Amino acid sequence: MNTTTVRPVRPPALPFPRLLAHMPPPGAEHGAWQSLAEHRTHYARPPVPRGRPMTEIIDLVERAGLRGRGGAGFPTAVKMRAVARGRGRAVVVANGTEGEPASYKDKLLLAHQPHLVLDGALLAAAAVGAGRVVIGVEESAPEALRALRRALAERASAEPAGIDVEVLATPSGYVSGEESALVQFVNGGPARPTAVPPRPFEKGVGRRPTLVSNVETLCHLSQIARNGATWFRGSGTAEEPGTALVTLSGALSRPGVIEVPIGTPLSTIVERGGPLGPVGAALVGGFFGTWVPASGFGLAFSRAGLSEVGASPGAGVVIVLPAGACGLAETARIMAWYAAEGAGQCGPCVFGLPAIAGEMAALSHGPVPAGGLMRLQRWAAQVEGRGACRHPDGSVRLLRSALGAFPEDVEAHLGGRPCPASHGEGVIAVPGSADGFAGR
Amino acid sequence: MIACAGHGVCAELLPEWIALDDWGYPIVRREAIPPELAAQARWAVSNCPALALKLRKKRA
Repeated sequence: MNTTTVRPVRPPALPFPRLLAHMPPPGAEHGAWQSLAEHRTHYARPPVPRGRPMTEIIDLVERAGLRGRGGAGFPTAVKMRAVARGRGRAVVVANGTEGEPASYKDKLLLAHQPHLVLDGALLAAAAVGAGRVVIGVEESAPEALRALRRALAERASAEPAGIDVEVLATPSGYVSGEESALVQFVNGGPARPTAVPPRPFEKGVGRRPTLVSNVETLCHLSQIARNGATWFRGSGTAEEPGTALVTLSGALSRPGVIEVPIGTPLSTIVERGGPLGPVGAALVGGFFGTWVPASGFGLAFSRAGLSEVGASPGAGVVIVLPAGACGLAETARIMAWYAAEGAGQCGPCVFGLPAIAGEMAALSHGPVPAGGLMRLQRWAAQVEGRGACRHPDGSVRLLRSALGAFPEDVEAHLGGRPCPASHGEGVIAVPGSADGFAGR
Repeated sequence: MIACAGHGVCAELLPEWIALDDWGYPIVRREAIPPELAAQARWAVSNCPALALKLRKKRA
């Protein structure tokens, strides 16, 4: 877990903004929201080849090697092909729910460059032969919803889509953005994950083959159509081409969203955020992520690079923990959030996660009851892989990575000597917690 | 819809394949159920008070 091997990574290309190059400056007119006319001066209307479904586009996406940017990193072309081949007229669901609390990139794209997202969503719809597009955005992101609705209204007269496009405000919460939960909500049900299969690409919205795709993925898709597969592969690694948006937060002077070639060393990413002092570790991938101690910052920010320490880029999140902060206390606060964020439908989440969170709080603040660590490990094994979605798996992964990344702290806490910082207010902003983090 | 309410009947009827966690919810083995347990598995499914247990054909 705590490997610190540093593999040489190829030097990062120059900052390679592909999605953020024309981001309107903060404070610009109409809330820094880009109109269709402005958008078209930077981004041409993606060429749409003839034929239906347009397998040409899918072939292009395959050659480009695009992978999903929502967290799972699944090859986009494989999903598109399955949907295009399915029975019945397909549906495209653009997933902009971004329930990961430490991620802001999808909201940034939606709020400032809604037309880039729409270009991608409409192109995806043409590629898989869809007759309907639904764009899901968390109801707690009013700027994103407003920008998207205005963008659609603009297109109605200037560039009619020819198919039904709707914006759907989804309930806030981590699990409501999970693919099957979003599909169930579009179908008029509760926004809670369903037991799978069938997966949405087989039977999704209205039992039709449904392409659920993250909004950043769709933006890349439109850029691939404009510039080609070779251009796309000009950044990133051979296995994971392209750039990725990364949301930086924690002990930084310049938190926010940056765009980096996939494979950029983690240290370079942390540096771009401007650390406020010596850095102890980073939580990589998001609340659903993995702690990487500073000794592992030489690793490449890619699925392959981070897999050496059991981590993954997830939805592109890096939270920086200063040296001297208590990783166990930070983890305990996130575990409490996990316990509260479940959909409340499966036993392992309803009972297991609160039990784990309680035990973790004890380990963080003391006194640690006898056998506490063993109970944590037993419960982690019991909830892993259970329930309708990956929610319990995410919490277990975080728990195990904390125990692996901060072994000296675990020993000190168990010995009744918790870190001085463990009683402080913490570094990571956890929604709904006592430190008053009120929405994003 | 996830209907399981932790009655635990399944673990009584099919202990070879289903155990209970610390809170009484079933932990089901992932491998395919062998033919000799198929009848017992159907019995467990039909006796689940919440109709939460299902038997599925393993895909090739």
